[in-house]
Amino acid sequence: MKRKQLKFVAGSVVIILTLAYLAYSGFKEGNAYYQTVSELYASKDQAYTRRLKVAGDVVPGSIQREGKSINFMISQQDEKTKQVETLTVKYVGNDAPPDTFVDRAQAVVEGQLGRDGVFVANKMQAKCASKYEKESAAGVRKSD
Amino acid sequence: MAQIGQFALALAWVVTAYSIVASLLGIRLKHDNLIASGRNAALGTFVCITSAIACLGYLFAVSDFSIKYIAAHSNRDLPIYFKVSSIWGGQEGSLLFWGWLLTAYSALVIVQNWRKHSAMMPYVVAVLMGTSFFFTSMHLFIVNPFNQTVFLQSDASPLPFVPRDGTGLNPLLQDPYMVIHPPMLYLGFVGFAVPFAFAIAAMITKQLGDTWIRTTRRWTMVAWMFLSIGIMLGGKWAYHELGWGGFWAWDPVENASMMPWLIGTAFLHSVMVQEKKGMLKVWNMVLIILTFIMSIFGTLLTRSGMVQSVHAFAQSPVGGYFRAFIIVALSGALYLLFDRLPYLKSENQMESIVSRESSFMFNNLILLAACFAVFWGTMFPIISEAATGSKITVGPPFFNKVNVPIAIFLMFLTGVGPLLAWRRASTNSLKRNFLSPAVIALASGVALYFRGVQHFYAWLSIVMSIFVTLTIIREFYKGAAARSSGTGETFLEAIVNLTLRNTRRYGGYVVHFGFVLLFIGWTGQAFTTDAEGEMGVGDTLSIREYTLRVDKLGIEDTPNYASDKATISLFEYGKKVANLYPEKRLYKAGQEKQPTTEVSIYSTAKNDVYLVFQGGTRDGKKAIIQVFYNPLTMWVWIGGIVLVAGTLIALLPNKKTILRRRPEIESKEERKEVEEKV
Repeated sequence: MKRKQLKFVAGSVVIILTLAYLAYSGFKEGNAYYQTVSELYASKDQAYTRRLKVAGDVVPGSIQREGKSINFMISQQDEKTKQVETLTVKYVGNDAPPDTFVDRAQAVVEGQLGRDGVFVANKMQAKCASKYEKESAAGVRKSD
Repeated sequence: MAQIGQFALALAWVVTAYSIVASLLGIRLKHDNLIASGRNAALGTFVCITSAIACLGYLFAVSDFSIKYIAAHSNRDLPIYFKVSSIWGGQEGSLLFWGWLLTAYSALVIVQNWRKHSAMMPYVVAVLMGTSFFFTSMHLFIVNPFNQTVFLQSDASPLPFVPRDGTGLNPLLQDPYMVIHPPMLYLGFVGFAVPFAFAIAAMITKQLGDTWIRTTRRWTMVAWMFLSIGIMLGGKWAYHELGWGGFWAWDPVENASMMPWLIGTAFLHSVMVQEKKGMLKVWNMVLIILTFIMSIFGTLLTRSGMVQSVHAFAQSPVGGYFRAFIIVALSGALYLLFDRLPYLKSENQMESIVSRESSFMFNNLILLAACFAVFWGTMFPIISEAATGSKITVGPPFFNKVNVPIAIFLMFLTGVGPLLAWRRASTNSLKRNFLSPAVIALASGVALYFRGVQHFYAWLSIVMSIFVTLTIIREFYKGAAARSSGTGETFLEAIVNLTLRNTRRYGGYVVHFGFVLLFIGWTGQAFTTDAEGEMGVGDTLSIREYTLRVDKLGIEDTPNYASDKATISLFEYGKKVANLYPEKRLYKAGQEKQPTTEVSIYSTAKNDVYLVFQGGTRDGKKAIIQVFYNPLTMWVWIGGIVLVAGTLIALLPNKKTILRRRPEIESKEERKEVEEKV
């Protein structure tokens, strides 16, 4: 390899390694395990130490504002056991909950499970029950 | 009307298939009439899909709820412009819209280039129609927008019925930006299909000079411009519709539009190296193939519910088909590229690390790295689940940590690259071009530091912005001064004529300047603050130099929605500057009423004051108001506009009048361009 080319290779390697390092540290800072409610309970002790993202449907009537925080429950049916598992969530995030956060909405909360079994979330996303479900509830369904 | 639409889709499917076969067979048999027939069929596809779109629009206009797509995305009281924009408000319609734009682009390409590039065009038609065939198949068999509304009876057999009213368009989409954001984004996504088609045709016909690049240069710029507009509008929409005070959250759907933009930007730059130096030929092929694939992949991401996103897209059957199409297109293109490698030899070598070529190379490297990082971060839940069994998501810190330094480095290259000489820049020219901008930028940096800008990246970003701005101003100044002394034009005339005579170069500078402004606005994000309070009439809340006072809390009722609305006076240093009206709306259509937040923004060059009506307190007497203080945000949007203006300038044909040349090295390049034109 010529010396000139060596310079380019060296420059590129430095850039890529720097970015890889940044990517790694960024990943460490913001990664979270995406779990269902039942997976969360199944992972036992690990659940308390990991940063988690948990998805579930907002239990109707469970949303309660309490000062700056919002308490509610999400539930999800386990695919195998068909049991409905429920998780109590305390949302303490800085951002207002999204507009889509209503009874029966699909919510994704991000935070940590406390030893008292309450999930303390500082981030939340929510979306309307998916179009498909909404449609079947309204009696409108795909014709196929 | 639905039957006509249905028929138009079926016809489009047949005609598209015919067009591919006729084009390819025509070339093989050297049968000109067959080739021409393939071309006409491609034009016919455009007519068919246009009719289908028109039918869908009509069905929305008359609220024909016997059609499922209409029933699910509209309602009687929806204003007419939202009814029309509902065409692309959901899965089926937006894919149809994608397909329609593709056929429209194809028709335009054919009309423009048929005579000029007779050898390549049949292949271009075949590639475009191949893509189109995929989409028409989807429209017809998988996500047909003309399916009937049916009621499932107890034995699960479907019974057609007509609901009294539709379930309405998602309120979040009832926004002027959402009317134009998807078309812009799609015009960008789809636009990259044209250079891709030419690249493939160039490889098949072995016409691997820079003809395909010159032919598609404007197409690439147009696609890039629309994609940029689309992304900006998406950000603008998020900013004033979602109510969390920001405009970019690294959501998968946002990333989907960012990825083709990043590679497209790399492509846009690196083709210049091929044009001027005959280098990077394979690389350019790889870039345009990836740009096209990323456009399709972006459509897949937004349309399949493959990764969790705040955008409420349904899990849908389209994912598998899209993946199959991507695999076929990618492997086909790469195989062809591999086969043609011997024809893609570079005519020159990189000579110095301080040269124009080299700055382009590093620009490409980090744009690609950015794209890779975004891809990796977006797909990580899927990758990690496949590898370890647990879904792991990466958050904004990942994206920011990687992309912020990349963006700042890009900014540096933006300032330096265009002024470096090809082959090798001499130390002298470096001094001449960069010494004064660098010194001024650093001096301002020191001043800024002592005035409190101590956030490292923000500081670096501002210093870079100053540096780049100075180099750009210097370029315009130098060119205009030389020109006005040579021609006797006034300075202003000289600037205008200078730009018009080399639109690509000076338009490019304007784009770069837009990028600088965007950067400044984006840097302001580092200094955002917010406050929140429960406020009754007469209560006040302060943030920095502003004070809010609630004047009125009331209820507003319209046929489409009802809303809680606050009237708030905004004071700056105690002086009243605006009335703001944040509201919380409840849309009436559909089974479940959906609330939406309508933020109210007071925007100045210095900062935005961004008010969110979060809700009422339990006793209903007070409103919970959140206020964000967002410095410099307006510059993001202004930067976007400048960026588009610059692209438009670059798209203009060069003014051909040959004036007395000035005896400078820089003018060599211009002379070459003029000679080429003549």
